[in-house]
Amino acid sequence: MRAVDAIMECLKAEGVDAVFGLPGGANLPTYDALYDAGIRHILVRHEQGAGHAAAGYAKATGRVGVALATSGPGATNLVTAIADAVMDSVPTVFITGQVRTELLGTDGFQEADISGITMPIVKHSMMIHDPRDIPRSIHEAFHIARTGRPGPVLVDVPQDLSRADINYEPIDSVSLPGYKPTTEGNVKQIRLAAKALANARRPVLYAGGGVINAGGSKELTELALSDRFPVTCTLMGLGAFGAPHDQWLGMPGMHGTRTANYTIDEADLVCAIGARFDDRVTGKLSEFAPRAKFIHIDVDPAEISKNVPAHIPIVGDAKRILPKLTREYRALETDPTRLDGWWQRIRGWQEKYPLAYVDSEDSEIKPQYMIEALYEATGGDAIVTSDVGQHQMWVAQYYDFAKPRRWLNSGGLGTMGVGLPFAMGAAVGCPEATVVCVAGDGSMQMNTQELATCVDERIPVKVFIMNNGYLGMVRQWQELFWDRRYSSVDIGGPSPDWVKLADAYGALGMRVSDKAELPEVMRTALAAEGPVVVDVRVTKEENTYPMIPAGQPARDMVG
Amino acid sequence: MGEPATQEILDLRDLQVPGARPGRRHILSILVENKPGVLARVAGLFARRGFNIATLAVGPTDDSTVSRVTLTVDGAVHPIDQVTKQLHKLVNVIKIRDLEPDETVARELALFKISADADSRAQIMQFTDIFRGKVIDVSKRSVTVEVTGTDDKIEAFERMIRPFGLIEMVRTGEIAVSRGRAVT
Repeated sequence: MRAVDAIMECLKAEGVDAVFGLPGGANLPTYDALYDAGIRHILVRHEQGAGHAAAGYAKATGRVGVALATSGPGATNLVTAIADAVMDSVPTVFITGQVRTELLGTDGFQEADISGITMPIVKHSMMIHDPRDIPRSIHEAFHIARTGRPGPVLVDVPQDLSRADINYEPIDSVSLPGYKPTTEGNVKQIRLAAKALANARRPVLYAGGGVINAGGSKELTELALSDRFPVTCTLMGLGAFGAPHDQWLGMPGMHGTRTANYTIDEADLVCAIGARFDDRVTGKLSEFAPRAKFIHIDVDPAEISKNVPAHIPIVGDAKRILPKLTREYRALETDPTRLDGWWQRIRGWQEKYPLAYVDSEDSEIKPQYMIEALYEATGGDAIVTSDVGQHQMWVAQYYDFAKPRRWLNSGGLGTMGVGLPFAMGAAVGCPEATVVCVAGDGSMQMNTQELATCVDERIPVKVFIMNNGYLGMVRQWQELFWDRRYSSVDIGGPSPDWVKLADAYGALGMRVSDKAELPEVMRTALAAEGPVVVDVRVTKEENTYPMIPAGQPARDMVG
Repeated sequence: MGEPATQEILDLRDLQVPGARPGRRHILSILVENKPGVLARVAGLFARRGFNIATLAVGPTDDSTVSRVTLTVDGAVHPIDQVTKQLHKLVNVIKIRDLEPDETVARELALFKISADADSRAQIMQFTDIFRGKVIDVSKRSVTVEVTGTDDKIEAFERMIRPFGLIEMVRTGEIAVSRGRAVT
């Protein structure tokens, strides 16, 4: 059969039920094969949308997301999505068309060295040189994307090779000599970690997106509840430990809770699980958790001791390691009352510094209130995506995520414009779920074109634009650190009219600026059948607090 | 996973960070799959992580599907653990050995083109003898010498002949194998 038909067989063997993409010259054979392959294809309006949608699908389902693009500009349009996926460890496979082999290296029409361009931002990439390698390469791509620390894998297929006839035989397993992720964790180290936890007087569990990737939320919760360990989860880890909860401290870091940050600051033992001590979490690194020893559990050995030296490094999969750690810990039969003093201190912070904002006394909608209203309207049980900026932080602060894979956003790369395509991918992967996108009025304009995709493909995402007329987070920084010189952040001109724009795309457009009407508008939007865009007019100059000013230690939070 | 440990006192103050090594020069011997683009991946990784490659040598091994990259890196400037861990993440990297200096034989080849007239030629040849080098080309105004050895030896030779006028120098970068029967 043709190599492209073999690709379709491989995709089906990998359990792929939907792919996102846009055809072009170099991947015409792929699209010919796709025509009757029995795999749902979501035709996006820009390849960046396909890339992020594949990531959204992966984040929501835990399965590998797939995006297709043609050569040259099609492939380069995927670059941001690939970089986003590598930073946030999202299992994704990108299959790009490439010019015919005889044109390679000649600056042929729509030729771009996409393997070279993406080399620093992929987990792995493969350029096909022999059509007989194609099936094995596709399976290797899926294997690499989903195992170990997940990430994006690119397969670049020259057009002529994709049409070549090959003998296809199903492949059951792949073996890569240089790729053997460690999963189990060293028993001695786990035992040592249990002892350290047992002897800590001020411990804290600091969990990240790795726990969600590993499917280890239940195991994390069991460890936390094996004693009264305080728990904080990073932006990427929200939902790994169900909030609200008595032992839940909120998110740490730049816009985290004071309680979470102060707890880490005074801890004598930080147990990091699937988290990578990002600068947005640590603040000034040299003053991060200055009294603490560190247990660091991560499937990627390169993360351990990269930023913060680990006293007890454990390489492996959180889902495998946490039950062993819990069992070892329980066997030590520690006295839970030893944490009484620590909890007293933590409760003091919680009482003194709850997340709070000053609500308006008139009809104005405060952005924080908007998120609280959304939590109410969705019963706290939606898949929520966001773009990047103030609105993202407010969702992270005010929407309590009770389950993993309910909060999809761009953490590492901080990519504006991901919200709508993430929601699209999530809705395709989880058709039963309510999928909500909280967008910024700046971010939303970066991938608006995907509203057409949502309408055409009947993907019923509900977009709530937190519209303050500004590139809000940049404005906040200019206000606080640049003498209020608001340079190029005002986007509150007459354009676009979101209601008309939604209407033009064939989606339902709504607008609300009165606090009293907001809950009802939200309920109507959520109950509507197809895609909806709600323009929520909020306070123009509200700041996201609390905040660790960049480069400062966590204990110096402001606001 | 065996018997659970008994409750022992573990003073958190006794916990030390393992794996910290003194910052010396390291020779990394890396086996990689012999595929297009693998060297670009290794070099690109060093560039984007800000690691400085001191020398780099690439060549085939006894197995045609595998190549060996030997590179030297200053461990005082870059945490060597982080360098090797990041290298390990490259799917095409099969094996990395951070060679211990005492248990390693390392060699580098260098070619020196030196200004030489009738008066200085004899002296240059004498130095070449002392360093067990070879004269591989002579002209009226130059001598070209081949020297093999550790980088220390090559640098020592360079210091000796520099006063005569070093026209140019080419070095291969070190290659290395472990001492004894054990496979590198």
